[in-house]
Amino acid sequence: MVENQRWLDYLAHAVLILGVAVVAFPVYVAVIASTHEPTAFTSGTIPLLPGDNTVETYTGVFAGGVASQMSVPIGVMLTNSMIMALAIAFGKIVISILSAFAIVYFRFPFRVLAFWMIFITLMLPVEVRIVPTFEVISNLNMLNSYTGLTVPLMASATATFLFRQVFLTMPDELMEAARIDGAGPMKFFRDILLPMSQTNIAALFVILFIYGWNQYLWPILVTTDDSYQTIVAGIKRMADVVDSEPLWNSIMSVTVLAMLPPVAVVIFMQRLFVKGLVDSEK
Amino acid sequence: MQTKRTIFGNKGLPYLLLAPQLIITGIFFLWPAAQAVRQSFLREDAFGLNFTFVGLRNYERLLDSPEYLNAIKVTVIFSISTVILALGVSLVLALAVDRMIRSGRAYTTLLVWPYAVAPAVAGILWWFIFNPTIGIMPYVLEHVFGYDWNHLLTPSDAMILVVVAAAWKQISYNFLFFVAGLQSIPTSLREAAAIDGAGPFKRFWTITLPLLSPTTFFLLVVNIVYTLFETFAVIDATTEGGPAQATNILVYKVFRDGFVGLNFGSSAAQSVILMGLVIVLTVIQFRFVERRVTY
Repeated sequence: MVENQRWLDYLAHAVLILGVAVVAFPVYVAVIASTHEPTAFTSGTIPLLPGDNTVETYTGVFAGGVASQMSVPIGVMLTNSMIMALAIAFGKIVISILSAFAIVYFRFPFRVLAFWMIFITLMLPVEVRIVPTFEVISNLNMLNSYTGLTVPLMASATATFLFRQVFLTMPDELMEAARIDGAGPMKFFRDILLPMSQTNIAALFVILFIYGWNQYLWPILVTTDDSYQTIVAGIKRMADVVDSEPLWNSIMSVTVLAMLPPVAVVIFMQRLFVKGLVDSEK
Repeated sequence: MQTKRTIFGNKGLPYLLLAPQLIITGIFFLWPAAQAVRQSFLREDAFGLNFTFVGLRNYERLLDSPEYLNAIKVTVIFSISTVILALGVSLVLALAVDRMIRSGRAYTTLLVWPYAVAPAVAGILWWFIFNPTIGIMPYVLEHVFGYDWNHLLTPSDAMILVVVAAAWKQISYNFLFFVAGLQSIPTSLREAAAIDGAGPFKRFWTITLPLLSPTTFFLLVVNIVYTLFETFAVIDATTEGGPAQATNILVYKVFRDGFVGLNFGSSAAQSVILMGLVIVLTVIQFRFVERRVTY
């Protein structure tokens, strides 16, 4: 702070409190809605104070079935989301760290070509090539499978660049020493590079877990079978009931459950999260 | 391209290490992209059996169709409004946190978590708050401003809804980068300006904002990419492009034309145009990142 101006401090606090309130408001409304009975949403406005139906709503959602308008039990959706998020995060890290190792510590024909091939994936988000990608998945019989849900999302230019950057900043002497001591490339990778990139791996894992958990378009494309539905992709189908009023308390409780894991990760691993975010944008 | 001073001499190993990445890239990225380019020059008959080469006809028809021109217009409005809202709000919040000495961390924690909320979930949350019959916002708008909100019927209401939902989700990301940018501005500059008699607002315009411009520019590109592509889920979870195509942004139109309309030629041509757009944006982003390193 440059000078002591009280009114500016008060203004800053006011702005921040207002900001926090605006940011938290939608989630507050969702949490409150999930504590009410379905009848609370038939007339008037959304309640803003907690109700007394919390236990019933959440047990109803977990039990599934017609009463909560859940065609897919939420346990199944949560499990699928967890599998998808963990597999994508783990797969991306393994694949990228190996590629970065190859690009930094070896010199071989087509190295620059390989680098550019990886770079190009940045320019081809799923959204711009939806139909042909769907055709590939369907020709490979990967629709409605965990392989189809996760493997195609595992290529990652950002993660590869991140590890390349990490490896480039590691002192050359490490590798020279390892070679003098007779370590082969894989031993060097396992015993020196991996332990030294631990924090970067953890930070990236946090970001990629959120990325995988929040996937929306991809699960919609690849899965038609209810048993592979993820929670983020499933909420919309719940809100889309045609012939009756949506059960807002159930929908909002599912929304809360869909937010909980990634938000918890951000709050409890804030340091790693911020590091991962900043690192992966360099 | 950089490598290490000494390297390993193995011949086959690097290819083996690169194989998983390159195989996935080839099958799921490059091949479909090539297919999109190929299909954009083809026309499928009504039964999906025969393809005829039609040259640039798909593109011509696209650029002649009022729906596509409308989608471009909608995308531009949506993109600009979301970017301005998301950057503006987060800059104000970042400036406020930058003044805090003790409470900065607490506020930061309270502001960053929406990053973890999926765009689709953000859409559903705001859809609920703005629900025309029971939502809290339409109630306030009607009783305070006498405005009858209905995003199911009024195009501008629907646009405001998706802009708010998309910007809300992006605030935390921009906020973190703005805070980092502000902290990297040397305090001595601001102190010198203060000694010379510049007040807080003058200091903001003449020192803070210019020195923050690399961060702002970086965030501008990232946010444009976000509004163009990642907001697909926001649209699909809320308005589905309606009412009357008022929120039918380009990525959403590719999806609808390809999967619902089954118009593959047109969808492929749209894909190719979007790819061009991403390539331009990526090049801008990377040129800039190079500059930022030496900055």
